[in-house]
Parts: sequence; C-alpha cells; structure tokens
Amino acid sequence: MSTRSVVAARAAWSAVVREGETLTITDLHGNQAVDFLVYDAHDTSVRYSAPDTVQARGGIFLTTGSVLMSSEHTPLMTVVRDDVGRHDTVGGACSKESNTLRYGHHTFAQHACVDNFLAEGARYGLGKRDLVSNINWYMNVPVEKDGTLGIVDGLSAPGLSLTLRARRDVLVLVSNCPQINNPCNGFEPTAVEMTITGPDRDAEHDTDGTHDSGSGSGSGSGSGSARDGDAG
Amino acid sequence: MAATATTYGARAHARAQEGARAEAMPVVPARDWPDPPCEAGHLVWAETVAGGNYTHRVLARGTELRLTDPHGDACAHLLLYADGRPWERLNVADTVKVQWNAYLGEGVLLLSDQGRVLASVVADTSGRHDALCGTSTLVRNTERYGDGSPQSPSPAGRELFKLAAAKNGLEPRDLPPSLSFFQGVRVREDGTLDFTGSAGPGGSVTLRAEQDVTVLIANVPHPADDRPHYVSSPLEVLAWRAAPTGPDDPLWDATPEGRRAFLNTAEFLAARGLA
Repeated sequence: MSTRSVVAARAAWSAVVREGETLTITDLHGNQAVDFLVYDAHDTSVRYSAPDTVQARGGIFLTTGSVLMSSEHTPLMTVVRDDVGRHDTVGGACSKESNTLRYGHHTFAQHACVDNFLAEGARYGLGKRDLVSNINWYMNVPVEKDGTLGIVDGLSAPGLSLTLRARRDVLVLVSNCPQINNPCNGFEPTAVEMTITGPDRDAEHDTDGTHDSGSGSGSGSGSGSARDGDAG
Repeated sequence: MAATATTYGARAHARAQEGARAEAMPVVPARDWPDPPCEAGHLVWAETVAGGNYTHRVLARGTELRLTDPHGDACAHLLLYADGRPWERLNVADTVKVQWNAYLGEGVLLLSDQGRVLASVVADTSGRHDALCGTSTLVRNTERYGDGSPQSPSPAGRELFKLAAAKNGLEPRDLPPSLSFFQGVRVREDGTLDFTGSAGPGGSVTLRAEQDVTVLIANVPHPADDRPHYVSSPLEVLAWRAAPTGPDDPLWDATPEGRRAFLNTAEFLAARGLA
C-alpha cells in the first residue's frame, strides 16, 4: 500500500513516515532541489544533523547507503536506493535574508525555503529554533581544492528518484525549492512526487540495535499520511 | 578532631584556598593575565579552558576574541547567538554558501540566519579549522571512548554545549551545527573528507564581535580525530575591547556578499538605536 502526493513547484509538504516505511522522492521534471528536514516524530528535539551525517559517512555527498543521523548521533533514515549518486548536505536552505547577501536586496520579495519550513513546521509545533542545516536532494554542491564551494548545475533528470527507509517514526518536512537565482533547479522550480510505501516484509531488518523508536513527549502530530502540498 | 569538623574550621579551610592557581582556570580580573595582547586594562575575558571542558560569555559588539591552542591538541567548538535574541544564531550553511567557500580562515564572516554578521575572523595563524563535521555526541563518544557524559574522562561536545546553553537560558533545540577551530578537515573531489589535524602548538584565531553575542565554547577532540584515545589539551581564551568592522576597514568591502552582510547589520543596529 502506498500514498502518493505531487508537491507543486515552490510548495511545502510534510508527513510522518513510520519505522520501516519508505519514502520515495521523484524529480518529475529534472534538476529540482528538494530541501528536506527530518525529526524523530516522538521527540522533535532529536532532529537531522548535517554534521553527524557527514561524520558518519566520512564525506559530504549522500547516496545509496547513507544514513541520515540525528543530533544525538542516532539513525533517522537510510538512503536505500538512488538514481542520481550525489546529494547535498552543506548548502542548507535559501531564505529571504540570505538571498539579500547572495544576489542583492532586490530578491527579498521572492519565495524562499525557510518560509516554507517555518509554515509547515508550525503545524507540528516547530519553530525557528528547530530549523537546522538541511539536506538538498538532487542539488549539486562541489568543493574545490581551495575550498571554493558553490551550487552548480544539477545531475538529475526527469523521472529520477531516490528512496529512504525510516529507521524510526520520523516527521519529514520538505520545501520544494523556489530559488530562481541559481542552478539548483535550473532557475525554474518544478513539481516533485512523494510516495510513502508500507513496510516491505522482505526487507532486511536493522540489526545494529540503534533503531528503536523514541519515547519522548510526542510533539509530532502528523496524521501518518502524506498530504498534497499547497500550490506556491 | 579534624580542623574542618566545625563550621568555623571548614570556612577557614575554604577561604585559605583563595589565590590558588590551576593550569586551567579563569583569571579574574582579566587584566591580571600576564602578557596581554592589548592594553592590559582592555582585557575583559582571560581563561584557560581545560581539555574536555567548556566556557561561555557574552561579548559586546566590537570585542575581539582570541582563541589560542598552546599545546597543539585543543579544538575549540564554537556557537554564537545574538545576545538576548537567541533565535538569531550562527548559520553554518549560510556562512559557507554565501561566501562560496567551505573553509574557515582570515576574512571569513560568521553569518547569522538573518543575513547579518555575528562575528568576523580577523586573524588566523592555524589554518586548521572545520565547518562541516560539527562536534561530538554522547552516543559517539560512548562508542569510541567508553563514555561521553560531561563528568566522564571523555566528555562529548554536544553534552557540554547543552550545559553552556542552559546557563544562558537555552535548550538543546537551540543548538545548531557548530564550527571548530584548530583541527582541520579537507574535502576531496569525491566529497570524502581528510582529517588534517592540528597545525601544532601556538596557533591562534581572532574573532571580532559585530553584534553583542553570546559565545559558547566546548574544547573537545574533533569528531574526525582518529586517535584511539581522547586527546584534548587546554585552550586559551582572551578577549578585549576593540572596535567593530567599519566601512573604512578593508574587510567591509572584501566581497560583495560580505559588504551586504555588513550593511544589513549596520541597518539593523541603527534601527535599534545601537549604532
């Protein structure tokens, strides 16, 4: 059984993905950046940590086998399949404020991911302090020898996808990046598709003993099913 | 009967400790620090932070903060908040993305999530720093060293940050990814990381506060340090009154992104009546 949602260009989306379920993100039109945050659904103070994920992987690019680690160095999700081969952990989200630095003050009125995260996170009681460096699926951010780093043309193509398996009950927040000033989405945001699929009974079970669900205060309040994103 | 068996004896014993010195301690008043890097009367913070320990302070705009690694095995994990408005805080992703560089060094601005400067790096003799790996955690240090709790021999950076944050009214949710100084990491073409370690004894880095900032520092081994034992030597922290970066400073105009960050900061401070 699976639940499918199309997230319009520039829109936000969220869902609770239960332990063992998978989330497939499909880049419908190619070269779209999908800004992504993930929290323990039962204790949202345990949240995605870019540095812990980088530490655990020994590198800054994500692909099949990468484990998305929490701020407490526990696994939240695992990339179990990836058509693209490289996703970004470094660049974080665009914001109206950072856009004034990156491009100029004329961009302040434009849509930006932080606003999507704030609006969508508020539905679960999350606020600004809960926003941290996020994953950018499909975004290509190489680092040169001298440290020069930048968002360059993406490696994705229409129909390519990746699949994540939840290692515990998690809350996922997505901003389908509205940035129009850099190549993260070919300067033209497009729709993506989210598919949540029930646990694969044949899947290999986690055996490292670190995938137990949290037992926190339960500030997450998702319905457990995906919802369609609002048109941006 | 021991001298400390009475309240009077215990009081006398405690008071007799005044003036004792330890390798790692705050020097109060700071002007008593020997060999200050500025006019002695300008020092506002002088401390040696033990390996595996933490410190925190609020610094006024224009204060310069020099971190020094005297023995070569310090690693200063750092977080910054706009003092009194902790929702404006260091944003590592914006810091590297906006400035088009993954590495920290002289001239780098430490940016908040509000398109403003919290502090700038005005001097660096180490060159071994990291903005990618963050700090260590209880789980990780327990796996690697047997324990990661603050009172253990191998405290984790995040556990120390939680304590430093709590002492400033902040919670674990207020802890974003941190920076670390004196233990370096470099990125290969394929995205994998090389840990370069320390530049050796004596390296220092100087930050200049561009707003009033709350500074949290944890001095713990870098998470990519592959030595099997927990190695963490003392960190020297000195801060003194100076001036924030102004339009006549070369750093103000060094990059267009940085200039706009300084302009945003100046506008913000002007609107608040602070500059």
